[in-house]
Amino acid sequence: MSKSLFDKVWDSHVVRSIEDGPDVLYIDRHLIHEVTSPVAFVGLESRGLSVLYPERTFAVADHNTPTINQHLPVQDPLSANQLKTLEDNANKYGISHWGLGHQNNGIVHVVGPENGITLPGATIVCGDSHTSTHGAFGAIAFGIGTSEVEMVLTTQCIMQPKPKKMRISVNGVLNKAVTPKDVGLYIIAQLTTSGATGYFVEYAGDVFENMTMEGRMTVCNLSIEMGARGGMIAPDAKTFEYIKGRPKTPKGADWDTAMAYWNTLKTDDDAVFDKEFTFNADDIEPMITYGTNPGMGMGISNNIPSADAVEGGKATYDKSLAYMGYAENEQMIGKKIDYVFIGSCTNGRIEDFRAFASIVKGRQKANNVTAWLVPGSHIVEEKIKEEGLLTIFEDAGFVLREPGCSACLAMNDDKVPAGKYAVSTSNRNFEGRQGPGSRTLLASPLVAAAAAVTGLVTDPREFL
Amino acid sequence: MAYDKFTTLTSTAVPMPIENVDTDQIIPARFLKATKREGFGDNLFRDWRYNGDDTPKADFVLNNPIYKGKILVGGKNFGSGSSREHAAWAVYDYGFRCVVSSFFADIFKNNCLNIGVLPVQISPEFANEIFEAIYADANTELEINLEAQTITLLSSGTQESFVINNYKKGNMLNGFDDIDYLQNMKSEIETFTESRPF
Repeated sequence: MSKSLFDKVWDSHVVRSIEDGPDVLYIDRHLIHEVTSPVAFVGLESRGLSVLYPERTFAVADHNTPTINQHLPVQDPLSANQLKTLEDNANKYGISHWGLGHQNNGIVHVVGPENGITLPGATIVCGDSHTSTHGAFGAIAFGIGTSEVEMVLTTQCIMQPKPKKMRISVNGVLNKAVTPKDVGLYIIAQLTTSGATGYFVEYAGDVFENMTMEGRMTVCNLSIEMGARGGMIAPDAKTFEYIKGRPKTPKGADWDTAMAYWNTLKTDDDAVFDKEFTFNADDIEPMITYGTNPGMGMGISNNIPSADAVEGGKATYDKSLAYMGYAENEQMIGKKIDYVFIGSCTNGRIEDFRAFASIVKGRQKANNVTAWLVPGSHIVEEKIKEEGLLTIFEDAGFVLREPGCSACLAMNDDKVPAGKYAVSTSNRNFEGRQGPGSRTLLASPLVAAAAAVTGLVTDPREFL
Repeated sequence: MAYDKFTTLTSTAVPMPIENVDTDQIIPARFLKATKREGFGDNLFRDWRYNGDDTPKADFVLNNPIYKGKILVGGKNFGSGSSREHAAWAVYDYGFRCVVSSFFADIFKNNCLNIGVLPVQISPEFANEIFEAIYADANTELEINLEAQTITLLSSGTQESFVINNYKKGNMLNGFDDIDYLQNMKSEIETFTESRPF
């Protein structure tokens, strides 16, 4: 029977199928961080259980970590306690731990691929919805709850009904200043935040084939924002090139064996999907969000759509726009902004900083803008320095911070104040996401850069 | 941890007909810093429920004493966004045992099932009827029967069936969880591990 890429990977990980129930799914790689793992370890201990395969779990501190002065003690006692708890649990059970200050530290979804933890054909979970990022490598990767973290720790399995299958194809060539982030935001705006709920997505077509691995990670990262459990892209020469030789990828004969398997990881020609969408690359322009969920996005040169054009009901729409301080049919270009954030597991990779630099080079940060430039990992930070981007940023009046989740979810000190507007390369514009009362405009690194130098929502095509 | 058995529940309900309620609203990230599962109910819907100075917002439904009960009736696409199980813990800890909606986000639904909160998905029409009935009379009761997989609006007798797979249903009726199940298949899992290429 013909199979999709998703079927091939899922089916090969089913330990047992329960009739009228979930599959028992084997997990190859488990990533944990300090926020969603502590209660799982408490659960283990209260049941008298242990960690079955500690070598398959990787602990990384990222959500709470400060992005300045990481060499000093963490000031917030609750954050410090969570970071310490992660370290203690990792040490107790023999789990690898990349804490604050470790050379491999960074956002868990950035460091996984960088270090070869992420592999094609693997199942990867983490107590974090943006685990979908790793699907860029042809892995089945998705976010889980803390009860499931406990399951994986003690049995290396979780129990999940197999999701339905969706294929999203984008064909053609992307226009100038249209980045993978814009492709993701465009798809979410078309499907809405619940349009892919219950599905696992495969991205196909010219645009994804031609995209870099960094770009594919950005797109797969955003899969959860349309409700999908995850999204994946078939591995190809670019994928293998990216992972080859990384610290934790297979070596020698093991690499050859793995390659033989990875070469089979593509959707059969006559495989059937439960739902298919096809879009044209040419219809996508640089995107920006105007509301309080990632589906409320639009081409940057458009006006804010009216309530009847948006899924979700008038009351919900009005609540959202009132929170943002915007009105329907207004233009977004020219709106004043206060903060710019470049970073996160969505856009915290080297390519994102290169894009940001391409616009700010030779220009100056606007005086009214506070900018946070936060690399996704120390490895990204080093590359920024090596490639001379740091000099460009500093000449333009920007400061580079240290890696972490930062202002994406405001669990550390990087919080946008109430009422202020932030153009953010992160993934969620929910009410209060970047700090109580904060207002978030999601966009690409290019749109963020244009806003950073003008202090206004600005079309990046003006600068390119 | 295993949880209390769920068989039938008859209760008044709290109406929240807002669509796309995300888990950042159910519990904001700054309240995720605990290392034990305690006290999350205090911060359920924190920023909708309280002003910046911690005074209650009078117009928010949880602060309106006429609406109470063990059932929360939400709008479409309830629980979207972050996978934080803390959202389900906060719902449970506050005192809800059941969330009703015309559509649930996946991970939230799964998290609820794993901790003993029953997600009940109904038609949008029935959801509207329930909202109207509660607004007409806050003492309106809903009856959830897990064994029969039915939800009934007692004032009108309107009833719908809801879907839950047989495995999860058995877990909730008996107060078992997935770890109880997985523990019993350890040797099967160990054999499977030997076949993994990486």
